[in-house]
Amino acid sequence: MKHHINTTLRRIAPQLVILAGVLLLNFLVFPDFFRIEFQHGRLFGNLIDVLNRGAPTALLCIGMTLVIATKGIDLSVGAVMAIAGAVAAALVVDGHSWQVALLGALCAGAVCGAWNGVLVAVLRIQPIVATLVLMVAGRGIAQLVTEGTILTFLNPGLIHLGAGTVAGIPTPILIWLGLGLAVTAVVRKTALGMLIEAIGINESSSRLAGINSRVLIISVYLISGFCAALAGVIVAADIKGADANNAGLWLELDAILAVVIGGNSLLGGRFSIIASLLGALIIQSVNSIILLSGMPPELNLVIKALIIIAILVIQSPTVKHALYILRASADPIPPGSIKEAKESPQ
Amino acid sequence: MARATGPVLECKGISKFFPGAIALDAVDLTLYPGEVHALLGENGAGKSTLIKCLTGAYRRDAGTIELDNREISPHSTQESQKLGIGTVYQEVNLLPNLSVAENLFLGRQPMKHGLISQRRMLAMASDLLAEFGLAINPAEPLSAYSVAVQQVIAIARAVELSGKVLILDEPTASLDRDEVDLVFSVIEKLKARGLAIVFITHFLDQVFEISDRATILRNGRIIGTKRLADTTQTEVITLMLGRQLEARIQDRAPTEAGDVLVELRNYGRRGVIEPFGLTVRKGEVVGLAGLLGSGRTETANLIFGAIQADQGEALLEGRKISLKNPREAVAHRFALCPEDRKNDGIVGDLSVRENIILALQARQGWFRPLPRAKINELAEAYVKALDIRLASLDMPIRLLSGGNQQKALLARWLATNPAFLILDEPTRGIDVGAHAEIIALIERLREDGLALLVASSEMEELVAYSTRVIVLRDRRQMRELKGDEITTANIVSAIADEPMANEPMEGAV
Repeated sequence: MKHHINTTLRRIAPQLVILAGVLLLNFLVFPDFFRIEFQHGRLFGNLIDVLNRGAPTALLCIGMTLVIATKGIDLSVGAVMAIAGAVAAALVVDGHSWQVALLGALCAGAVCGAWNGVLVAVLRIQPIVATLVLMVAGRGIAQLVTEGTILTFLNPGLIHLGAGTVAGIPTPILIWLGLGLAVTAVVRKTALGMLIEAIGINESSSRLAGINSRVLIISVYLISGFCAALAGVIVAADIKGADANNAGLWLELDAILAVVIGGNSLLGGRFSIIASLLGALIIQSVNSIILLSGMPPELNLVIKALIIIAILVIQSPTVKHALYILRASADPIPPGSIKEAKESPQ
Repeated sequence: MARATGPVLECKGISKFFPGAIALDAVDLTLYPGEVHALLGENGAGKSTLIKCLTGAYRRDAGTIELDNREISPHSTQESQKLGIGTVYQEVNLLPNLSVAENLFLGRQPMKHGLISQRRMLAMASDLLAEFGLAINPAEPLSAYSVAVQQVIAIARAVELSGKVLILDEPTASLDRDEVDLVFSVIEKLKARGLAIVFITHFLDQVFEISDRATILRNGRIIGTKRLADTTQTEVITLMLGRQLEARIQDRAPTEAGDVLVELRNYGRRGVIEPFGLTVRKGEVVGLAGLLGSGRTETANLIFGAIQADQGEALLEGRKISLKNPREAVAHRFALCPEDRKNDGIVGDLSVRENIILALQARQGWFRPLPRAKINELAEAYVKALDIRLASLDMPIRLLSGGNQQKALLARWLATNPAFLILDEPTRGIDVGAHAEIIALIERLREDGLALLVASSEMEELVAYSTRVIVLRDRRQMRELKGDEITTANIVSAIADEPMANEPMEGAV
């Protein structure tokens, strides 16, 4: 068990360091950054905001991590958010309870995910193209549901999911933390994680080893659709309305970026959901720096891009190798100290 | 032999470290123009690492490389190519969808008015190929030709680009005898031209046939450099293994085969393999012989469900079963170690431990994970039983040498407790030591009552362990050899579709 925790810590160490660095920058531009207050039965503070505002990206990156681990990608998550928000809003406007609305939205997300999964796993369409279909068509579907308007609602139960608190903590934080922990537990306590990794590394070998790759690939897209639906409901609840055009717009790219910052390879294989979640927090913290520093908003995207480039450079294999060489030359291995010489990696 | 000229390439004290391992420890290598120099060693001895240091694929950590008495330090394979060191790998690194001519001149096509001159390129390609004794149409796509011809094209490209040193990394691994002769005739020509050629292979016969000198590596160190005219195969093998090889093939204990386990009736798939019938009994090894492309691999894949049959039926202990995909086959306790270990066998980035339990876990389903203790127990038991050499069970399997990867794959399937084990080229590309161990293992599994189907291009090997041999040709079963009929001579004549030789059967080991 202790060994297990150690490997996890070593895996997420770069993300933790980067997150600490970005939070420190936040602190430098805004000294009150770490102050948390308890007012009107709710926690307030910039740190809480980062956790709260980061919820949609965090939720998306849970599913996205699994999809990317199978060597896939899901571009449709932003559009699925819009669909799910629209379905939830339409259901409460029709007079259904918030539970029915939530269930309906989640089912819509799962159906979207299953559709993607079938295109990829059964029809063997390349994931980037297969999910592009729904990325484009999804907002149209959402508009059909909302009939072209921004569908507003006042159902307190639904609003609570996006803007409410539980024991003083904003609900979205609890939702993404809960789902992240639950999915991590499921993939790591069962063999699901290993089988997903096997498919991502070498699908042919996996199939020949008797793994049902088709069902597993459909499942990961389904989970991704489910996560996207949850994110869509939160976003809609937060603004008390479903905006088919703007809900989750470009968020698929943030989700992919979170997975990459989390050190997961876009080529599939080994993955860590925790590292992706840290990636999502890093992105949100970068957003926070830009907002807090009062820089002109037209610079926002440029600065964000620069910070992200810096993060990716630190993680690039070339830089890592150079650092490794630097360390190795400072501490050379004495010849003859190791008996078995192994063939090198390909 | 007095050398008229000095060495073309001289390496001194090359070392390379990997995290936790010394891959090369102060290795020297000298190449003279016009010699074929074999590089020998078990898998994991450091042959590939040495080559990669020479070609710049890896940065060496110590030592010097001199080419024509000038020190070089290539940073990439392109750079070493420009300096004069060309490499051809076992898997042809060309583009199958481009034409032969485009493959030869990619990146330096002859231009006319700023556009590629197809006509001139085709003419140049024809001339170049003629030098190598190939009379083929360079306008055809590369994939239209056999692997051997592709291999020669790859050599032609490398020689054109470089022209001082040519490194051949297992160029003959997937070739049959005629094709090997074709490649060897090309090597002879290049030797006469004064190239220094490094030849890496697992086939010792081929080493003695074509090479002048051999350098033997073991555990990252040079054990010796020998002139092959002055040495014997036994001596070389002893140097490679560091121990006297035990008798390579034991005598077969004459045991009675048991009940019929698997029976296939009129089983086949159009365009892949002609319908065939096959029965395999418990406690027997059925060998599948034939040339490359004769349908050995297709037969194995069809029975395992990796390719779906479109006619015929399969029976397991007399009951009809469906084998639509590998999952169904595994459920019936079938197992397949595929021919292409890297692409169809190992899951490279997963640990050795995970690779060993993969098939068992897949059969159990994802929601019923094997307990950690059971996983460790299984993995450790098989590492010990099959003598898999590794630094740690947690290391990615791709870091193991070929022979150890193969053993780990065998472990993966043995862990599922199979009744019917299909092995496709179980000894391809693995070293002599592991080779003997795998053959002994096949024997042991047969004695334990497993039914085995083994496809192999090595006839001596098939003769050694098979109780029956089925000879394939042109995707069709030609002949079945039993008992004393199983000799390499008879297999050859069956492949050649001649009547069986009536010679005395001293060939049956």
